[in-house]
Amino acid sequence: MDIIVLIKQVPDTGAAVSIAADGASIAAEGLKWVVNPYDEYAVEEALRINEAAGGGTVTVVSAGEARAAQAVRAALAMGADRGVLVNDPALSGADSLGVAKALAKAVSGMDFGLILAGSRAVDDEAGLVGPMVAQLLDIPHVSMATTVSLEGDSVLVEAATDGGTAVVRAPLPALVTAEKGLNEPRFASMMGIMKAKKKPLEEKDLSALGLSAEDVAAKSAVAAMSPPPARPPGKMISGDTPEQLAENLAAALADEAKVI
Amino acid sequence: MDYELTREQQMIRDEVRRFAEAEIAPVALELDEKEEFSVELTKKMGEIGLFGAMVSEEYGGQAMDYVSYIIAVEELARVDGSQAATVAAGNSLGIAPIYYFGNEEQKKTYLPKLCTGEYLWGFGLTEPQAGSDAGGTQTIAEPDGDEWVINGSKIFITNAACEMTLGVTVQAVTGKRGDGRPEYTCFLVETGTKGFTAKAMHRKMMWRASNTGELFFDNVRVHKDQILGKQGDGFKQMLETLDGGRLSIGAMGLGGAQGAYELALKYAKKRKQFGQPISKFQAVAFKLADCAMEIECARNLMYKACWLRDSGKPYEKMAAMAKLYCSEVMSRVVDHAVQIHGGYGLMKEYGVERFYRDQKLLEIGEGTSEVQRIVISRYIGC
Ligand SMILES: Cc1cc2nc3c(=O)[nH]c(=O)nc-3n(C[C@H](O)[C@H](O)[C@H](O)COP(=O)(O)OP(=O)(O)OC[C@H]3O[C@@H](n4cnc5c(N)ncnc54)[C@H](O)[C@@H]3O)c2cc1C
Repeated sequence: MDIIVLIKQVPDTGAAVSIAADGASIAAEGLKWVVNPYDEYAVEEALRINEAAGGGTVTVVSAGEARAAQAVRAALAMGADRGVLVNDPALSGADSLGVAKALAKAVSGMDFGLILAGSRAVDDEAGLVGPMVAQLLDIPHVSMATTVSLEGDSVLVEAATDGGTAVVRAPLPALVTAEKGLNEPRFASMMGIMKAKKKPLEEKDLSALGLSAEDVAAKSAVAAMSPPPARPPGKMISGDTPEQLAENLAAALADEAKVI
Repeated sequence: MDYELTREQQMIRDEVRRFAEAEIAPVALELDEKEEFSVELTKKMGEIGLFGAMVSEEYGGQAMDYVSYIIAVEELARVDGSQAATVAAGNSLGIAPIYYFGNEEQKKTYLPKLCTGEYLWGFGLTEPQAGSDAGGTQTIAEPDGDEWVINGSKIFITNAACEMTLGVTVQAVTGKRGDGRPEYTCFLVETGTKGFTAKAMHRKMMWRASNTGELFFDNVRVHKDQILGKQGDGFKQMLETLDGGRLSIGAMGLGGAQGAYELALKYAKKRKQFGQPISKFQAVAFKLADCAMEIECARNLMYKACWLRDSGKPYEKMAAMAKLYCSEVMSRVVDHAVQIHGGYGLMKEYGVERFYRDQKLLEIGEGTSEVQRIVISRYIGC
């Protein structure tokens, strides 16, 4: 099957982020950038679906700044066949809807049976782009998949819900977002990395998609960012016997922390 | 002049680092303590393409340049010397001689199996009586019709005595040359050949999760098709193999130094004495500054040697320098790293003592530091 995977480049989850001088964004300098982990599940699932079927293509599509090409290449190194990057300075100020518009335009001319995306990006955790793209393309969408199986003209998805699992069937073409647990993404192989060099990576700006900067301009703006409060130091519970320790701990939880 | 790594080289560094931290770091201490070679981990390293680095695609290799290969070994060694040894020896000693000197049939037979990491191959040069003096080889092979009969033994052979070993390359004396000196020939001997036994060597101080074997050849018969390349080429093949092998041993020194330095820097910033992090004491800070500088120098030298090789220029002198320098840098860095850790540095849980132990082999294997100095002094005309 021809599968499209939407990916985003995000700061490395292990990186310590700091707030930029404008007070409303994160400082980009010196950050290490990676493929959003949820998007890696989506790439892995697309590769597995086609490997099991013994055919098909995987096209990775991203929207962002020039450096996002590195994320697309990482997906190509994992095994995707080709990449498309919508690379436009206007996108750095875009919100979820702006990005979704760019992505929807980018994929609208392509052949696909399935679009996979991460359920959310670990940087702003909005979880909006996947569903918005589906809406703009007027195709069905299922969020937070923990299993994806193709059955004829439809896709059967088990999706995580609060305290349970929803089993959803959608006709193809459809968009499904990947949740943690869907799979264990592979490492790119050395040969995969060497081969990625020769795979096509097409870069387009917004005008090539028939969009203008206003079309993707943010409808809302981040006014300010502040770091989470520093975690207060831990408290050691004292006591001579296990019973005493348990009693003192229970008292501290009830009276001081007021959690029980 | 351009010091920038290519995009692919950078991606290889990132990916092997990610792999080493996710798959090797969690088990390195336990494997070291149990002195256990891990088939599972070796296969995983095979899956991401760490074997057959320099081999072309037609034989199942990864078609990497030498800088990329060395970066991969460096990143493994940054986390664990043993796994880096399995990969470095697997490529430079196991696979490389077959790839560079083997005939088409031999390459087709062995390389695809070795490049997946499903099987390993050893390179048997060292003998109980022939270490630095590799010309002192006593293992002999005598012709008998279409066959050769091998007798002798080898010692300290990496990847040669584990359940993944498909066979070994053995250097043997096959007669006398015109000038009266011994003629050497290498043979490919498969595991299971009658009369060939491989015994794993235990109680090593370092590389405890890497497989080291002692090999015995008791009237081992192999067909003449099992000669690697041509009869009489054994010594030349060995010298060329060691030139490449030196780079991978050097890469282990470089990566190991980097790993130990990172542990020490992190610890020094966290550990408080006299009311401040010990990294604020000049005596500690200067050690770390020296480490950072020497690692930088070592890396430049190593990558230059690899670049020479990739460019088809003479690199042998630089390979000896890089091997010697990188392994001695690691020696100084691990010494500082343990010192900075104080008493905790001597405890296994802190990881740094493993680097301290693993380092020592690098000054001994593939030509001792003394031998490297002999090689370099010859190149500069002493
Ligand atoms: C874990 C491990 C893995 C190994 N893997 C392999 C392998 O895969 N294949 C393989 O063939 N070998 C392997 N070796 C063997 C290794 O290459 C030898 O140990 C090394 O070459 C040194 O030989 P030796 O131990 O016999 O020491 P010796 O040669 O006996 O040296 C002893 C000391 O004498 C010094 N010395 C010797 N000659 C001179 C000289 N002319 N001038 C000055 N000083 C000199 C040496 O530098 C050294 O300090 C391995 C060894 C180990 C420990």
